[in-house]
Amino acid sequence: MGKSKRKVPGINASSTADISFILLIFFLVVTSMNSNFGLQVMLPNPPDEQQQDDPEVHERNLLKVYVNMDNEIMVTAGKLREGERPLMLKVDELEELRELAKEFITANTPGGKVNENYPEPKKKLDTITYINDAGLEILYPNGVSNIVRNNQHVITLQTDRSTKYEVYFKVQEVLYSAYNDLRDEFAKEVYGVQDPEKQLTADELELCRRRYVNMISEAQPIEIGKRK
Amino acid sequence: MPELNTSSLPDLIFSILFFFMIVTSMREQEVKVQVELPKGTELTKLERKSAITNIYIGTPMNNKESQEAGIQLNDRQLSRREVNNLKAYIVEEKERLGSKAAKMKVALKIDNNIDMGLLSDVKMQLRKAYALQIFYSANEEKNNGQ
Repeated sequence: MGKSKRKVPGINASSTADISFILLIFFLVVTSMNSNFGLQVMLPNPPDEQQQDDPEVHERNLLKVYVNMDNEIMVTAGKLREGERPLMLKVDELEELRELAKEFITANTPGGKVNENYPEPKKKLDTITYINDAGLEILYPNGVSNIVRNNQHVITLQTDRSTKYEVYFKVQEVLYSAYNDLRDEFAKEVYGVQDPEKQLTADELELCRRRYVNMISEAQPIEIGKRK
Repeated sequence: MPELNTSSLPDLIFSILFFFMIVTSMREQEVKVQVELPKGTELTKLERKSAITNIYIGTPMNNKESQEAGIQLNDRQLSRREVNNLKAYIVEEKERLGSKAAKMKVALKIDNNIDMGLLSDVKMQLRKAYALQIFYSANEEKNNGQ
């Protein structure tokens, strides 16, 4: 056993590639790429425990959307005047519903544009306060004050039991997009930014969201021919 | 002719492997119900994957002849008539989540052609089980400039 200068043979690494290939294929098989995208909805409490003192909403502050069994959409915004018929829309005309909903929501938002079709609600107005997770109160930027909640209106969405889910989803989405558009417009106006999603902080976006709170309420689907 | 040097090949494959490990997620269960999701543009991404329960509503794959819709919650399959059993399963699922139960979200993966009657029955079961945060899963539509 002398101090012979023996050369240590290198580890044969030629199979590492094969091993990692097997790992790679394993991961390709057991995992999936599809991330979860969708619409988030909050359900009301069970019917038997719902408080009976549901705030009464005046008809003029109601946007009624009804999807029938033939997947046609009937929209009644506010109180119909003498001889006025509800608006009937097809699934591919939903863009119209979006514009109508935006107009309706703005008109029913205190401080928004005045629209004689939808008189302003005269309920108690409460100002928006927002305290974030860190316990800091976030305020609207300078020059903007007295922002009140827009919880004066309600959008009701009712379907028939045989309405297709696809149509219901599209209507839901259009109503969501009306709120999103208004929040976007509000953010651009108040903060003076071009792309609110990218330029504003999460707290600022939350403030914009609270300016236009989602007031969609869903009624139980009705059976064909039976009306509530 | 000199041999091709393949010593960097393992590193290369490892980086691909890591890429896939990061961008993909584990498949939770085998889906036995065929579902064609609606398409949308105004979608939000669902975070916090651990507290999500998936409910699939669509055509059962093992019984192609019958056109009756089927419901799948985890590995359990229900037919349309058994929808009233759903509440018990959701409560069970909620208990399994333990401390995360308050953050439980139910992702509904519903086929385009399902009727609202069945969906409303499912929603009523969810309400009774106090699983109130729901999520209508959809695919992103790319052609719109949103």
